[in-house]
Amino acid sequence: MPITSAIIIFALTLILVLGGLWVGQNVDLLPLSASENAPVYDELFKVLFSIGTILFVGMVGLVIYSLIKFRTKPGQSGDGIPLEGNLSLEILWTAVPAVVVLFVGLYSYDIYDRMGGMQSLSHEGHHSQELINEKRIWGGISSGSVESSSQESITSLPIEVTAMQFAFLFHYPEGDIISGELHVPVGKPISLTMESKDVIHAFWVPEFRLKQDVIPGQPTILNFTPTKPGRYPIICAELCGPYHGGMRSTVVVEELEGYKAWFKSNAKTELIES
Amino acid sequence: MTIATPSESLQPSGWAKYFSFSLDHKVIGLQYLVCGFIFYLIGGILAGAIRIELTSPISDFLTRNVYNQVLTLHGTIMIFLWIVPVVNGAFGNYLIPFYVGARDMAFPRLNAVAFWLIPPAGLMLITSYFITGAAESGWTAYPPLSITTPAAGQLIWIVSVLLLGGSSIFGGINFIATILKLRRPGLKLMQLPMYCWAMLGTSILVVLSTPVLAGTLILLSFDIVAHTGFFNPALGGNVVVYQHLFWFYSHPAVYIMVLPAFGLVSEILPVHSRKPLFGYTTMVYSIMAIVVLGLLVWAHHMFTSGTPPWMRLFFTIATSFIAVPTGIKFFNWVATLWGGRISINSAILFSCGFIVNFVLGGITGVALAQVPFDIHVHDTYFVVAHFHYIVYGGSVFVIFSSIYHWYPKFTGRMLNEDLGRFHFLITFIGFNLCFAPQHWLGLNGMPRRVAEYDPQFEFVNQLSSVGALLMALSTLPFLWNIFQSFFIGRIAGDNPWHALTPEWLTTSPPPVENWKGPAPLVTAPYGYGAVTNTEAIKSTEIKNDLEENN
Amino acid sequence: MTTTTSLEQTSQEQNEQHEAHGDYRLFGLGAFLIADGMTFAGFFAAYLTFKAVNPLLPDSIYELELPLPTLNTILLLVSSATFHKAGQALRRDEASLCQRWLIITASLGLAFLASQMVEYFTLPFGLTDNLYASTFYALTGFHGLHVTLGAIMILIVWWQVRSPNGRITSQNQFPLEAAELYWHFVDGIWVVLFVILYLL
Ligand code: HEA
Ligand code: HEA
Ligand code: CUA
Ligand SMILES: [Cu+2]
Repeated sequence: MPITSAIIIFALTLILVLGGLWVGQNVDLLPLSASENAPVYDELFKVLFSIGTILFVGMVGLVIYSLIKFRTKPGQSGDGIPLEGNLSLEILWTAVPAVVVLFVGLYSYDIYDRMGGMQSLSHEGHHSQELINEKRIWGGISSGSVESSSQESITSLPIEVTAMQFAFLFHYPEGDIISGELHVPVGKPISLTMESKDVIHAFWVPEFRLKQDVIPGQPTILNFTPTKPGRYPIICAELCGPYHGGMRSTVVVEELEGYKAWFKSNAKTELIES
Repeated sequence: MTIATPSESLQPSGWAKYFSFSLDHKVIGLQYLVCGFIFYLIGGILAGAIRIELTSPISDFLTRNVYNQVLTLHGTIMIFLWIVPVVNGAFGNYLIPFYVGARDMAFPRLNAVAFWLIPPAGLMLITSYFITGAAESGWTAYPPLSITTPAAGQLIWIVSVLLLGGSSIFGGINFIATILKLRRPGLKLMQLPMYCWAMLGTSILVVLSTPVLAGTLILLSFDIVAHTGFFNPALGGNVVVYQHLFWFYSHPAVYIMVLPAFGLVSEILPVHSRKPLFGYTTMVYSIMAIVVLGLLVWAHHMFTSGTPPWMRLFFTIATSFIAVPTGIKFFNWVATLWGGRISINSAILFSCGFIVNFVLGGITGVALAQVPFDIHVHDTYFVVAHFHYIVYGGSVFVIFSSIYHWYPKFTGRMLNEDLGRFHFLITFIGFNLCFAPQHWLGLNGMPRRVAEYDPQFEFVNQLSSVGALLMALSTLPFLWNIFQSFFIGRIAGDNPWHALTPEWLTTSPPPVENWKGPAPLVTAPYGYGAVTNTEAIKSTEIKNDLEENN
Repeated sequence: MTTTTSLEQTSQEQNEQHEAHGDYRLFGLGAFLIADGMTFAGFFAAYLTFKAVNPLLPDSIYELELPLPTLNTILLLVSSATFHKAGQALRRDEASLCQRWLIITASLGLAFLASQMVEYFTLPFGLTDNLYASTFYALTGFHGLHVTLGAIMILIVWWQVRSPNGRITSQNQFPLEAAELYWHFVDGIWVVLFVILYLL
């Protein structure tokens, strides 16, 4: 290979890689991030986006270049070069993708671990421990707290979620509150134990980057720590019948005082009523 | 001892044969193709209904139940009645006997039966919409939803999918037997055109995975009819087991939809770039690697179903690795183009469009395979975008490419190239306009299978619908081209592309038993550029030349 | 001149190759049985998963009686051997001996079905009682369906060997061989089923 074309290829590859990295770092395609694992997710997204851009632009570039460079020009006839293969090239393009996917796999394992996905699902202080023992718990994302060193975040706030056609119900065992909206204090680890009454639903909060199916007959768990006050949609993400599209709720993330106030006012009425 | 061959049994001729129980593999192939295309138009009209509904955030054009029925029918028709029968049945039946140097498939009668299962199954599925209401639980039919929705439509859905599965299994057995047993003496496996390898791999997948779907659907129908509780948690059943069984078939099914397309591209690219297929041997191995891996990755559809962490990880890694053999194929195709003498015609444009679209779909696929990534976008429009990039941008583009490539062989006439390039342009633009924005929708919070959505997504959805409209319009020049060229197209001659694969070494259209004389022995189907072959191409009627190679 | 002869030869060769299709049918059947086996594999997988992850309520655990199914296993295994004998007899052109073995095989198959019925009627649970019961009936029922089909096939083969200008002879063994392959397959499935359902 002539030295000039080697340099050109090297330069193009460098531009492609740097360009891809730049694009990956600067895209803004995701909604607001409002839980402790959302920034971790966004980090993974950026890496995947960079790799994807590099591969895609590279492949498309090669195809378009070949179509232009090697098209039959007027007056040309005959065949192309009778090249049937090239072992070192083939090894190269087996090895590079293999390394890339291995890297992606290990990296996303790390991300998943940091999101708490690899932690065991049993956790102390959970109110519905009996429920969990009696029925098998079916996974979900475990601890949502990335830095669970601070005292407060060690005990998580347990909430029971019931899904049915076509609504979510939230039950706070501590105050025996039943609510159609999920109220949570900012910065506190939340632990949802979810079960469905009829068909499969899914609990999804795009701003938290978390989703977990809510399955009849098999409780699932979803843990997270909200980080930004606000109202975010809870969306049912599993086809559950005609009103699937309308099966929505809201999670209200408040400062601790606001949450306490809400809790008190509701727990009280509950207590009076019962 | 003998099995009837087309010449032995009296077959109707002329137009009538395409409506008969013909045993000729070429007739059956075209029956599959035309029948599949009709179902494509129906599935496309349903897609149109979906896109019209989604131009506004409220549920207005279709009622909510009807929307679910429409999307179930759309998915089922497009997969089971369009892509699978066409990339396997149509081109497989037409081409495989040529490629192995045989005069027909191994089991012509079984072949005809396999085809004739399809129209009744399809009709049943579609009429269920008008009579009882169609199934409304999506093409995945997850219980308990599929047990609690109206039973009649769901049962009809099950029966027709079972029939189509049976058709697919019969076809698969036939392809395996034809490729392995009916090869012309003297032809080695490693000399077969790549499409044979693709079909061999696909058929193995069909035979191993389709029966599991059949068994699962039988259990599901028991739950509906006899009130057993296999998948009904109210009766102690387990819904996640259904998902495992379903995806054990339906993940391999995606390779059943795309491996044959890979094979077809491998036939088309060398012809129009006048170069040998790059890396034949690695292509063969990567097909087989995809077959093996394809059977081991099903649970990537269930990352949010409450699968245990170790299972999620295993399936992440296994799924990601499919990118390696698939990547080999893509790089080999680009290397096939590289240094060629490419004619920029409709066939090559659609093939290159396929490469571009599929790479994007594949990259989003690898992203989806990462558990933490998938947890956010599972069951959203991101997934819808992923698979349309692959099934439409991949398989459907390849089908169009193949029609442009083989139409001269089917009919003896050329298609109009200008119309073809125009078709490509509109399809490519419309397709990307329709599905690229859906990635954004999914990332930002629009779930799939909904008839109503947040107003903030309205504009992007309308954009997508405009793309769908362009795709629908782009069908018109294509249909017109097919129709008019049949009557006034330029006469193609036997081998208009100067191709070396055996189907071109006979008349267009070919005679009943494929060759007037003996079957040619083609040991170098991709021998472009080699001196002997260049000479061979110069005389298109080279049957005798080729015989000398014996 | 030489080319023409070679052409004719090949075309003859081609025609021969084209018409001698018999072997491929058995190959095709083999492929079909692999597919059929996958259906069973799906059922077995479902059963084992149910058993592993859906702990049954106390009152839905049954001790299955072993004698009858063990007898059934023996019946089927013996019938595989007798079918084999029938095939051997046909190959030696001993049609009447072949018929006798076929009848014995078919009777063994029918005996299996009868004793399966007896078991069904004596079991303490019905199809829809619980998950375990449903899977039990689904598995044995699907297998029983295969045995029924097999028995019918054997009787057809028997009839065709018997008829004077019978279509099944040592020259045309395919129907018998196909039925035999199928029967061995059904027996093999039963053994797996017996181990998984009754012994595990
Ligand atoms: C023909 C159909 C087809 C094909 C071929 C594929 C191919 C792939 N698919 Fe896709 N998929 C579907 C059809 C298909 N898919 C459908 C229909 C669904 C939705 C079902 C439903 O729920 O209704 C789906 C859903 C789906 C999911 C589940 C998403 C979810 O529901 O949450 C996942 C997750 O892993 C996935 C992954 C992949 C991967 C990794 C590939 C890989 O095979 C892709 C490999 C290809 C490439 C990667 C590109 C080329 C390679 C290179 C250029 C080399 C370099 C690349 C790298 C190093 C990355 N697919
Ligand atoms: C396998 C192949 C395949 C193909 C080719 C297509 C093709 C198309 N699909 Fe499909 N789609 C699926 C498989 C496929 N789809 C599956 C499996 C699902 C999931 C179902 C489920 O969730 O269960 C799905 C779901 C799906 C959705 C998501 C629905 C939802 O989740 O709510 C959408 C939405 O935009 C969509 C759109 C389209 C469009 C616009 C096309 C277009 O490409 C179609 C273009 C073609 C035409 C339009 C035909 C031309 C017809 C004419 C010229 C006649 C005149 C017609 C008109 C004027 C409209 N599809
Ligand atoms: Cu609940 Cu969708
Ligand atoms: Cu998949």
